[in-house]
Amino acid sequence: MTTPIVSPALLDVSNLGVEFQTRGGVARVLEEVAFQVHRGETLGLVGESGCGKSMTALAMMRLIPTPPGRITSGRVVLDGKDLLALDEPAMRHHRGNRISMIFQEPMTSLNPAYTVGNQIGEAVRLHQGLDRKAATTCAIDMLEAVGIPAAKARVHDYPHQFSGGMRQRVMIAMALACKPDVLIADEPTTALDVTVQAQIFDLISDLRERTGTAVVLITHDMGAIAEMADRVAVMYAGRIVEEGSVAEVLQAPLHPYTRGLIACAPGRRTTGFGEPLTEIPGTVPSLLERRGGCAFADRCSDVQPRCRTHLPAETRIDAGRRRVLCWLHAEEKRETSS
Amino acid sequence: MMQTQHPTVTPAAPPGVQVISPLREAWRVFRGNKAAMLGLVLLSCIMLLMVVGPGLYGVNAFDIAGAPFTEPFVQQQLWLGTDYLGRDILAGMLIGGRATVMVGLAAACITVSIGVTVGSLAGYFGGWVDTLLSRLTELFQVLPTLLFAMVLVTLFQPSLGVVVMAIGLVSWTGTARLARAEFMRLRHLEYVSAARAMGARHLRLMLREILPNALPPLIVSATLIIGVAILFEAGLSFLGLSDPNVMSWGYMIGANRRNILECWWAVSFPGAAIFLTVLSVSLVGDGLNDALNPKLHLR
Repeated sequence: MTTPIVSPALLDVSNLGVEFQTRGGVARVLEEVAFQVHRGETLGLVGESGCGKSMTALAMMRLIPTPPGRITSGRVVLDGKDLLALDEPAMRHHRGNRISMIFQEPMTSLNPAYTVGNQIGEAVRLHQGLDRKAATTCAIDMLEAVGIPAAKARVHDYPHQFSGGMRQRVMIAMALACKPDVLIADEPTTALDVTVQAQIFDLISDLRERTGTAVVLITHDMGAIAEMADRVAVMYAGRIVEEGSVAEVLQAPLHPYTRGLIACAPGRRTTGFGEPLTEIPGTVPSLLERRGGCAFADRCSDVQPRCRTHLPAETRIDAGRRRVLCWLHAEEKRETSS
Repeated sequence: MMQTQHPTVTPAAPPGVQVISPLREAWRVFRGNKAAMLGLVLLSCIMLLMVVGPGLYGVNAFDIAGAPFTEPFVQQQLWLGTDYLGRDILAGMLIGGRATVMVGLAAACITVSIGVTVGSLAGYFGGWVDTLLSRLTELFQVLPTLLFAMVLVTLFQPSLGVVVMAIGLVSWTGTARLARAEFMRLRHLEYVSAARAMGARHLRLMLREILPNALPPLIVSATLIIGVAILFEAGLSFLGLSDPNVMSWGYMIGANRRNILECWWAVSFPGAAIFLTVLSVSLVGDGLNDALNPKLHLR
């Protein structure tokens, strides 16, 4: 499943920084976010609420509300083109066409005033200039592809006539109608029942395999990552603290935060029945009162004095296939290299 | 296209259940509303009389048809009597409705156009656009409307077009505030973001994604504005500020107001016509409000 590293990445995000101007000062929401996604690959983006996952997605789509938000630095290179350098009309041409997005809330992500067929067809009419009839045909095909029964009849139904899981399927159909290179799925199953979650994940992997679309899956569910993703990037307080293949990261997490996240997932080994679930003590620090040093220091069990004052440099392991942002491993690397 | 092997959760709508479009659903609710249907029937009758009445009756409303101050229901040819100049009241009633209702409709159109444009821009873009347009709205709002309209009409020749413009210019503020509130509420909804993520531009988002969902309250307010505009036109005519060459209900009241004691019919019949028209428009507007606002159905 994993694409060899040699080919150039389809999506290459580097040094992405986002700031929000708030009444309390400037909040640095994203700092030096960097990752790559290859064609047909799924990158999981995990972290707890407020760590910047959704902001990363919005920044990639250039949908950050400005003001108060602002992309301060970085490049988002899609197939050789830096999206952040495009003018607005060119960016509009990319949105939904080459890079599209599924939102968290299927219940409110569809316009109640139009039939689902109309809304799916809208995307292809907008980007491919199809007429109404061809767009409807395309919408029926897409509804079939996402597993909606009697697609021919249901294409004329309104969103309120669909259940939550069905609506998320419609959203996926909308997002994939133009066969984009990259699909960003921002917690696509948070609002759905567990059984429906599994179906939606199956559907996304299935479509990814068929179309070769790269997927950026944003979630806080480690189980979903294990099932869906090829590689995973762990975010904390606006930075990616660890990245690697799913197997490696889940089995041998390097960053204490990743370890904590995995321990938190209600699973087989970590906690038995009746025992309280594990948690990471403390909360995410306010982005306004960021001091020097590692943002996780106050919650970390392996904290050292220098963690509070200096941010470690990124440590790359296994020829850059894994990286981690932690003093524990910065040390390791220096020892091995000297 | 692709075969799917996913188990599906919801079956398609069962065969017996008919899928109804929102518009048809609204009509169903509207039809069930007795007051609204009464308003609609009344309005239709008034419209019909206005359209075909003058042609059938065939009397020029400005011609002297009989002796001045002829009482109604006495003389065969003059059912509703004559005014102080001897002009046929019935002829005036039939033809005068046209001007009154046309002015009402046209003024409502202008009101809604200005109001929705200003309000939607302010609500959608926010920031300095909103600040600017909201101040402009408030500026117009604090002007006494009737006085302002009178000034506008007297500045130019009092013709139907000027009256329409004047009414439109002084009464768009309410619609603007309503549209602004709706656009502010709707622009943050996820389907608008989703459409933006699909590559839609601002104009498309405003017209296609937000406006249809903001329409119900706007339609209701537009119908009520028709009523208000009719009253406004009547008010201006009463003050003598309307086209003297066009017969309208308001003009009839204005022309005959000095003889109100000896010639009650020349004032009361047009007055009743205005009352009934505005009432029926309001009833229809209220009915639309119920029909287009699904949250009220449950009560």
